[in-house]
Amino acid sequence: MAMIPDAHGRFGKYGGRYVPETLMPAILELEDAYRKVRKDREFQQEFHNYLKQYVGRPTPLYFAKRLTKTLGGAKIYLKREDLCHTGAHKINNTVGQVLLTRCMKKQRVIAETGAGQHGVAVATVSAMFGLDAEIYMGTEDMQRQALNVFRMRLLGSKVTGVDSGSRTLKDAINEAMRDWTTNIKTTHYLLGSVLGAHPYPMMIRDFQSVIGREARKQILAAEGKLPNSLVACVGGGSNSIGLFYPFLKDTTVKMVGVEAGGTGHASGKHAARFSGGKPGVLHGTMTYLLQDQHGQVNLTHSVSAGLDYPAVGPEHSMHHDTGRIRYTSATDKEALAAFDLLSQEEGIIPALESAHAVAEVIKLAPTMKKNHIVVMNLSGRGDKDVQQIARMRGIPL
Amino acid sequence: MSNRIQTTFENLHAKGKTALIPYIMAGDPSLSVTESLVLELEKSGADLLELGVPFSDPIADGPVIQKAAERALQSGTTLKGILSMVKTLRTKCQMPLILMMYYNTIMAMGEEEFCKQAVQAGIDGVIVPDMPPEESDVLCTASTKAGGPVVIFLLAPTSTKSRQTEVIKRTKGFIYYVSITGITGSKLSDMKSVKANVRNIQKSARKPVAVGFGISTPKQAGEISEFADGVIVGSAIVRKVSEYQNEPELVPQQIGQFSRHLKQGINTVP
Repeated sequence: MAMIPDAHGRFGKYGGRYVPETLMPAILELEDAYRKVRKDREFQQEFHNYLKQYVGRPTPLYFAKRLTKTLGGAKIYLKREDLCHTGAHKINNTVGQVLLTRCMKKQRVIAETGAGQHGVAVATVSAMFGLDAEIYMGTEDMQRQALNVFRMRLLGSKVTGVDSGSRTLKDAINEAMRDWTTNIKTTHYLLGSVLGAHPYPMMIRDFQSVIGREARKQILAAEGKLPNSLVACVGGGSNSIGLFYPFLKDTTVKMVGVEAGGTGHASGKHAARFSGGKPGVLHGTMTYLLQDQHGQVNLTHSVSAGLDYPAVGPEHSMHHDTGRIRYTSATDKEALAAFDLLSQEEGIIPALESAHAVAEVIKLAPTMKKNHIVVMNLSGRGDKDVQQIARMRGIPL
Repeated sequence: MSNRIQTTFENLHAKGKTALIPYIMAGDPSLSVTESLVLELEKSGADLLELGVPFSDPIADGPVIQKAAERALQSGTTLKGILSMVKTLRTKCQMPLILMMYYNTIMAMGEEEFCKQAVQAGIDGVIVPDMPPEESDVLCTASTKAGGPVVIFLLAPTSTKSRQTEVIKRTKGFIYYVSITGITGSKLSDMKSVKANVRNIQKSARKPVAVGFGISTPKQAGEISEFADGVIVGSAIVRKVSEYQNEPELVPQQIGQFSRHLKQGINTVP
């Protein structure tokens, strides 16, 4: 495979670096710093040591026996990223970037968060390394993920509410970029998904692809063959690319990315970029974007804060166009049903984001042969969502 | 290709004067107010004008311009609407008009189509704050092909020497020097280093340098004009516009008066 992305940070026609001039030197500094550590054995060893000792890797690849039986088709394996320290795959990337922050000799990190999982992961590694952290979060998300806001504060981070636009992830990123522009000399922007200007999409993919590398070894050990399909939810797209990337050359392995279908395509209230969007530029990168005919970014909707974002990682846009990865969506309703099913069949409460992937497995597995294998990335656990679910069901806690 | 921007700077330069370049958000509070405001500013000391095109996610802008963009979008402002207003204005207005806009609003129209329509409307230049030189080939090619609008690039206090060289090479019309490491409307603090940086750019560029971000008073405009070829005032003007949301008919006169004060500041260089 050719070098993806190329030297300009392009994944085919997507990606690039659409940022203000003030930020360009920091972006180039980051690219340079990352290029040095990418092949540095000492850095990689330290990174993997933290993943093992602190994050708890490797995470298990669990055969979901009851769910498999209930759905009556392919064998379903779950990659248990929910068992990572802090409860989601997000920590993999934050460990990598915090080590890089140290290399760049910066004392402060900022971040955006939607569901709060990335924010918690940033707060966690900042506490561990003694860095100052400020996390931007839309006030709408702060309300539906109140527990994570409290966790970030417990960990010593400053959480700043963002009250503009849709008051969700997109607006939190706007505000974090403004902060970075102002405090560029002292601050590293610890972005949480495969979004933004080059080198972020590449770097974050690299840090997350530990998921797929482990899963590939584990499935070969368990089944002696590669899976037929991989399934993961796609918000920005870091857990999915993390799982998919090490399998891209395995042409027999099909891949499905699941976007947030919200209340349905026709309602306009969703975050399904590939069916409802077209290429545009947001937050430093060219990619599929939900927008109106004048290029104004649309408001999105999803029951899951972590998928509620109008753009998608540029590498996904490329794989969409080439057809290597198939993208589909699950509605709020389907995700909630999947949330219940996994909880009750397997004793695993999934994050609402990951429940979108479960919803696709529910559709996909029964159509496959019994000797076929599906590996699904269970990207996070659902503890953070139980209050919201109770509220939605009118159950006082 | 000589255009209004170049001619304006040359004329001012011959008189030893610095250009006043106000920024206003098109469509805040409505395009009809913007139309009268442009004409009023032309009579009130503005030498060139930056017209902001509202965008839903303006990452380079502070709260004042963000809110103006929200108001403009709420009043139904579109790029097409702005261009058609400019076309009407051009029968009465000779001042160079420059669009300040984010890349996605250009891309939605298509780079070539945008340049064609902007030239037809009488737009002279375009500034795209989220488009560094690295990502500018498509727009620059389209601009050359359509015969405009010229693409104006920004330099920041953080720009390295090699980036400075690249921007000087690419920019047309003038160089937009961002006076602070920050977003629009931040406080201008270190005048000395602004002066040193602008002088430094002027040494290697045979193009005018206009300074923007953080200039809010006639006094500051005066201080900047001592060394810069142009003074850009944005947030301070946009804030004043916002104070007359309920009496939009007063906007042209009130902003015109502020513009005259800024011009006086420039003309009475300390």
